[in-house]
Amino acid sequence: MSEAIDKSALVRMFHVHKRYGAKKALVDASLDIFRNEFLFISGPSGAGKTTLLKLLYLGESITEGQVLLDGINLARIPSKNIPFLRRKLGIIFQDYKLIPTKTVFDNVALVLEARGRKRGLIRKKVNSVLRTVGMEDRSNALPPSLSGGEQQRIAVARAVVGDPKIILADEPTGSLDAESAKIILELLKGFHARGGTVIVATHDQELIRKARGRTIQLKEGRIVQS
Amino acid sequence: MMLIFYKRAIKDIFDNRFLNIVTIITIAISILIASAFYLFFINANDIVSSWKKGIRLMVYLKPGTDEAGRIELKRRIKGVSGVQEAIFISKAEALAGLKEQMQRQASLFENLKENPLPDAFEVRMEPALQEEAAVEKVARRIESFAAVDEVEYGQLWFKRFTNIINLFRLTGYALGGLFFMAAVFIVANTIRIVLYSRREEVEIMRLVGAADGFIKTPFYIEGIILGALGGIIGLMTLLILFIFVVLNFQQSLAGGIFQLRFLPFGFTTGIVLGSMFVGWLGCYLSLKQFLKI
Repeated sequence: MSEAIDKSALVRMFHVHKRYGAKKALVDASLDIFRNEFLFISGPSGAGKTTLLKLLYLGESITEGQVLLDGINLARIPSKNIPFLRRKLGIIFQDYKLIPTKTVFDNVALVLEARGRKRGLIRKKVNSVLRTVGMEDRSNALPPSLSGGEQQRIAVARAVVGDPKIILADEPTGSLDAESAKIILELLKGFHARGGTVIVATHDQELIRKARGRTIQLKEGRIVQS
Repeated sequence: MMLIFYKRAIKDIFDNRFLNIVTIITIAISILIASAFYLFFINANDIVSSWKKGIRLMVYLKPGTDEAGRIELKRRIKGVSGVQEAIFISKAEALAGLKEQMQRQASLFENLKENPLPDAFEVRMEPALQEEAAVEKVARRIESFAAVDEVEYGQLWFKRFTNIINLFRLTGYALGGLFFMAAVFIVANTIRIVLYSRREEVEIMRLVGAADGFIKTPFYIEGIILGALGGIIGLMTLLILFIFVVLNFQQSLAGGIFQLRFLPFGFTTGIVLGSMFVGWLGCYLSLKQFLKI
């Protein structure tokens, strides 16, 4: 898999620090992530995996250092441009973050509605990704009526529907059974096979072993192995 | 895109029905009270205007003024700026007129040994000069003539009524201002509660790349709808009350002399637009506080 990687860096991190008050969440992290790479960020709880992902989607601001994402300097991005940066990303969370009052279809469609896409195109595209994740027949269901694995499949559908350059997945299989985890991994692999870049924060060694991507290890906020 | 915004706004209104009904009623009551004051004011103004149109000065002559004195006085009165006409009413004519008006109390006049009424001039003002200050100026000028005993035009009553109208107008402004602030506060609070109940959804929208406009527009639409509904309901209630008053009390209130009228169309349009602005402003204040990046 790694032989096929486009060696131009999509994400470049230079001596990045993130502090929450006195607590150091990320210390002097420097890292290149390449186009069409499948990268795992591994490490124990509290190592800084989620923080690193949050810096990439600007869920948190950078305390010190520089991050370039597709050529955009995240430390200097004006707040009005943040939505446009996030449209380059598809984000998957351990707790799915689906809107419980919206149907499966509407949850996925939200991404395209936010970009002002036409209704016909939205319908076509959403149905297509729901088919890909095997949830087309549940498009009218509300998320609370679905199992964890099904909800995570919807989250994957939402992440890919906008044709992002990168998928950021924070413990995507953390609360799933083995069978559901396998389905999610296959979906991520499918996105990767179509040329996308996948960054997964996980401590699930089984997932890392099966996907066979590059792995970086974090410990107490420092990259200890890359 | 706008269809999506409207759908979300209307869904929010229905999802938070009770809260939104309370908000609409609050705006409606505010509009109703402030507009009622204005309605009173314009009709009271109409009454004053109609009185002004018919305003006349009664110039009572000193006893013993002879004909030459009357002719001279008439000439001088007509020479006063603002006077259109001066008609002499002799005390005999005045008594005859009084008897005519008081036929049922004719016995009052039976034992009258001499005519107690003075000779007088009825002075009509030029239409352009019917402001109270102008009338008073003319009255004072005429009163300064030697042959004049007294000039009367109901000034005290006129002043009192004008003062009451002005008091109502000021009260209307003050209440309007207070209700405006109350309505803005209520709308802001409603939107804040809706935002709070949907904070997770707003957060998810941001994460999937929704721009601020996409998130905020439905809330603005919601605020504007609340304002418009409040304004329309307030005005409709006022119209119903007005029709009720006209049907039942027009005769006694206005003496049948003139027609009571409702708020002008331009003003009602302004009220609805104003209440929509209230909705927008309340929403703006909430969003500004809540949606800080």
